[in-house]
Amino acid sequence: MSVTQAPPARRDTAGRDTVRRIGQWSQHLPPVLGLAAAVALWWAVTVVFEVESFILPSPLQVAQTLVEDADYLWDNTLVTLWETLLGFLLAIVVGVPLALVVTASRMLERTVYPLLLMLNAVPKVAVAPLLVVWMGFGQFPKVFLVFLVCFFPIVISTAAGLSSTQADLVELGRSLKMNWWQTFRMIRMPAAVPQLFVGLKLAITLAVIGAVIAEFVGATEGLGYVIVASGASADTALAFAAMILLGVLSVVLFYLTAAVERFFVPWADRS
Amino acid sequence: MIGIRNVSQVYRTRAGDVEALREVSLDVADGEFVAIVGRSGCGKSSLLRLVAGLQTATSGEITVAGTPIRGPRQDIGFMFQRPALLPWRSVIDNVMLPLEVFKVDRRVARTRAHELLDLVGLNGFDKRLPHELSGGMQQRVSLCRALIQQPRVLLMDEPFSALDALTRADLTVELQRLQMKHASTVLFVTHSVDEAVLLADRVVVLSPRPGRLRQIVEVDVARPRSLGHDGHSAALGELRARLHDLLMTTEEVTR
Ligand SMILES: Nc1ncnc2c1ncn2[C@@H]1O[C@H](COP(=O)(O)OP(=O)(O)OP(=O)(O)O)[C@@H](O)[C@H]1O
Ligand SMILES: [Mg+2]
Repeated sequence: MSVTQAPPARRDTAGRDTVRRIGQWSQHLPPVLGLAAAVALWWAVTVVFEVESFILPSPLQVAQTLVEDADYLWDNTLVTLWETLLGFLLAIVVGVPLALVVTASRMLERTVYPLLLMLNAVPKVAVAPLLVVWMGFGQFPKVFLVFLVCFFPIVISTAAGLSSTQADLVELGRSLKMNWWQTFRMIRMPAAVPQLFVGLKLAITLAVIGAVIAEFVGATEGLGYVIVASGASADTALAFAAMILLGVLSVVLFYLTAAVERFFVPWADRS
Repeated sequence: MIGIRNVSQVYRTRAGDVEALREVSLDVADGEFVAIVGRSGCGKSSLLRLVAGLQTATSGEITVAGTPIRGPRQDIGFMFQRPALLPWRSVIDNVMLPLEVFKVDRRVARTRAHELLDLVGLNGFDKRLPHELSGGMQQRVSLCRALIQQPRVLLMDEPFSALDALTRADLTVELQRLQMKHASTVLFVTHSVDEAVLLADRVVVLSPRPGRLRQIVEVDVARPRSLGHDGHSAALGELRARLHDLLMTTEEVTR
């Protein structure tokens, strides 16, 4: 007769938990070590070669600046963060539907893709001043540049996800007589989500770069502006502090995106 | 229940035409379990997909329950070689999928899904995601999904071939039990002679290149059958040997 299986007992026993915690900890060890080594090397260079602080400030000077100018830096970080997020969200809102449209018809795909490729090939650094001419000095041109930078990876990855549905799942849909909309809603769209997140993770790192490029021209605030302004006044320590914050911002946003992914697609990469 | 008349299938490919099936005819009675065996590439999957309405024959006609096949149908269930579960849906939602598509009331669907999961020993797993299950469990879920629409005809294309030998034996026993209980009409493709003689009323042997009907072997042994030390093993052993020889030799079609 049937082999009745009881649901397995909770797998997370106390012993396993400890092992896992040590595992998690040792997982974070290499990046921390790498960071520490880089800072130590940087420090050694400034001490050994007695580098002038306006050329290369020591880690200590940068740390001092981070503390002393904390308020100023925080305000500007928020400006850049806001531009980044707005542009990123705009790219999702426009990019995902466009990917849907593009994959719905071969003709549209062939019409739109070359345009997209050309748009993507335009160096964004060259566009930044133009955006100022067109849109003025406010936040909008910054948001728009972030949008331009994020848009492409999001469209491409979503479209790839939508058009690469596993053959046996498509076949399943066919055997159940699903119509186009049912196939799309129940199979193709959810199947594309992991690919969408590949694009989102790529886009979010580009987004920060896009915001900074936009802030290099015609800006009065934001971390990009801080870097330009401190360069002009030879306050290199401040520029370094801003760059470190940019790095942190980028890393945090990336891992947040990855966390959202784990929440929404716990099944990805495992089937 | 299933009528296959002079069915031929030719695939046109860039490398030339491939004749997958030539003039195959077969009748399957209501409630009968027919196994199809044959070497790799002899057109077993093609034949099953034709009956499922997933593709159209080059020539010939197929009817199920008296109506010609024009495309996939609700009264025909198909079980694939791989579980083909939707990884983002829980076990129960996967089983309920066909009824969702056919717009059956959710409560009815849920009750039926629970009954089926109980039947294959998966009660308590309904909220799991497929990747949390073993291969054998996934294939059981897939079986439940094929059964939930209560098809008049169940088509199975090597449903257990991706599993290890013991899980496979388990599932064979279970399928036999389900078949005895529901008496549904089943067309079952397999590479395994053992599976064929355990499960089928008749075993159809196809010969390769092009796929033709070579012989039909009756398995006149009472159920439940087993390959272990019981009364049927002599009769089943004889049939196994006969099928084995039929598969291993490649002489011309004997009529
Ligand atoms: N879509 C297709 N296009 C072209 N040729 C095909 C197609 N599907 C099957 N064939 C060819 O038809 C023949 C029969 O294929 P089929 O898949 O039906 O065999 P099978 O008996 O199921 O084999 P296996 O036991 O390996 O699953 C093979 O030679 C195969 O190459
Ligand atoms: Mg096959």
